[in-house]
Amino acid sequence: MSVLTYREAIKQAQADALAADPTVFLLGEDIAAAGGAFKVTDGLMDAFGSDRVMDTPISEQAIIGAAIGAALKGARPVAELMFADFAGVCFDQIANQLAKYRYMTAGQVSVPVTIRLANGAGQGFGSQHSQSVENWFLNVPGLKIVAPGSVEDAYGLLRSSIADDDPVLFFEHKAMYNVKADVPPELVPIPLGRAHVVRSGDDVTIVASQAMRRRAEEAADKLSAQGIAAEVIDPRTILPFDYESVAASVTRTNRLVVVQESSAAGSWGATLVARMAAECFESLDLAPVLISAPDTPVPYAGALEAAWIPGVDDICTAVLAMDRY
Amino acid sequence: MDYPERWEIDDDPSLDEAALLEMLRAMLEIRGLEDEIQRAFTKDLVRGSTHLCTGQEAAVVGACSVLRTTDSMVCTYRGHGAVLAKGASLAATFAEIVGRETGLCGGKGGSMHLTDAGVGAYGSFAIVGAHLPIANGLALAARQQGSDAVSLCFFGDGSTNIGAFHESLNLAAVWSLPVIFFCENNLYGEYTAWRATARVDRLADRAGSYGMPGVRIDGNDVIAVRRATGQAVERARAGEGPTLIEAVTYRHRGHSRTDPAKYRPDGELERWLKVDPIRRLENLLATRGVSPERLQEITAAARDAVRDAVEEALSAAPPRLEALYEDVYA
Ligand SMILES: Cc1ncc(C[n+]2csc(CCOP(=O)(O)OP(=O)(O)O)c2C)c(N)n1
Ligand SMILES: [Mg+2]
Repeated sequence: MSVLTYREAIKQAQADALAADPTVFLLGEDIAAAGGAFKVTDGLMDAFGSDRVMDTPISEQAIIGAAIGAALKGARPVAELMFADFAGVCFDQIANQLAKYRYMTAGQVSVPVTIRLANGAGQGFGSQHSQSVENWFLNVPGLKIVAPGSVEDAYGLLRSSIADDDPVLFFEHKAMYNVKADVPPELVPIPLGRAHVVRSGDDVTIVASQAMRRRAEEAADKLSAQGIAAEVIDPRTILPFDYESVAASVTRTNRLVVVQESSAAGSWGATLVARMAAECFESLDLAPVLISAPDTPVPYAGALEAAWIPGVDDICTAVLAMDRY
Repeated sequence: MDYPERWEIDDDPSLDEAALLEMLRAMLEIRGLEDEIQRAFTKDLVRGSTHLCTGQEAAVVGACSVLRTTDSMVCTYRGHGAVLAKGASLAATFAEIVGRETGLCGGKGGSMHLTDAGVGAYGSFAIVGAHLPIANGLALAARQQGSDAVSLCFFGDGSTNIGAFHESLNLAAVWSLPVIFFCENNLYGEYTAWRATARVDRLADRAGSYGMPGVRIDGNDVIAVRRATGQAVERARAGEGPTLIEAVTYRHRGHSRTDPAKYRPDGELERWLKVDPIRRLENLLATRGVSPERLQEITAAARDAVRDAVEEALSAAPPRLEALYEDVYA
């Protein structure tokens, strides 16, 4: 085993992809000479040259458009958007161009673009630098959405995202960059579209990703001390979502709690709850519970932001309330 | 090329001593508050990131010195100084940055989002370029309302590469809006030198594409800044449309608190410290015969004002928890 951080895993995945495939290249603001605002591409320009690890001006629309164009001509670009919130600046390129290209051309071309974005609250970056924005893109068929919640997944899913022939939005959680884990010396790609049962249990299914997955695991520890065995599932890929794995779990536990670091409306959590209510109605003892952030922007002040993010206690309380039935 | 031609700044006889001293006070207070913010950061009182404008005080103070309260101003995350120069209180500004309920935005905005609508400071924006279109709207409404109020929009060199910059300048020109697009060219956008991201010689030249005047000035010369902005404001008030000003300046610190600024060539910071805008204004005042004692008095007063503001802000409470749910809708 070797010890790797989430940040190093993402860097390693890009390095390995660059080494394995000459059509892969990276582009983004300050990713080359400076090694990235989050230092996720540090050293890659030195290793692969400035033709394959390219700095850009502050021009998000031009970045994503250039990635799309290059992909049409056979390249496999990996574009960094830094803070995920900046996707708003190039929303058209992502939602109207990138997502629809293949479909509108009846499959004449594929667009294997990977876009890396840093999600997440908890560090006091304020309303425009703290969002988890995967839900903005949930309603855009043609995109794949990946949100790794562990070091190993970060590596494996990024390799698969880059190798995938479709556009992938790859959300990193910025509060997880320093998370360390023991990983096998030979990291391997992990297929997109498959959830991971992080922890097995028979009493309740908790589905959560990224920072919320970590909180769900903590909650499961606390609940086990009270004799409740929670199963924690990390979807890993948000689109396409692995409903089968969640359904299989719910069929056993008969209870579902979904936790997400964003507001409820139009979210993957809400979609999952609706789907399970329809498809697993017979298995469910109780209405599924969706734990989301409030319907407000992310506030700055520490106490407010902490209250905004769903916490371990919120998860425990929800599960214990179910248990009273 | 991107450095003041002379150390001394030219006097402007039309400005009386009081006006000069007022600008000095404003610059000293901004410098002092930024130092306090840096200190607060190291004590973990400031969350997330913070972007100091130390070294760029002449730009914001000179430009805002020709505005009225009814004029609008928008700026960036590096906007502590701009918001203060437009008239926000030191205590409420600092309180916002340390997340207190007495802050400009009740602690919900933070360092990157200082807004004081009451003094015409309509916001600091953390998405590069986001506020240039908004500056147009502020100007448009003023005109619709029959006022001659203008809209002053600060942004950085790096922001001239984003789509919103080009759309906004064009629209402002086409509609002859009373906007002053004020580019603080501090030579870097994040960790990249501006000349690595543009192929024009002067960012002011970009004005030509939109049919508006573009001027490049020494941004560390508060008198030059005031003069150029004054002319642009006059044009705007007279209905003659927008102007692009490129004020060449330098940030003394890194991009944000996590940036040690290693990408700067050796000696560059030292060279720019020599053309500190505050020292240059003090020198001008000295040549006008203002005594060293008087200058020291002003420095001490600014220091006291900052100290009192910091004390006041730190004694304030954090926001009530219910504030989380308030203000989403009118
Ligand atoms: C749309 C967008 N892209 C990228 C960023 C990240 N970012 C923050 S500040 C900055 C540099 C801006 O440089 P400049 O306009 O010169 O302003 P300065 O920081 O020098 O005042 C970048 C790239 C952002 N906030 N918004
Ligand atoms: Mg700059």
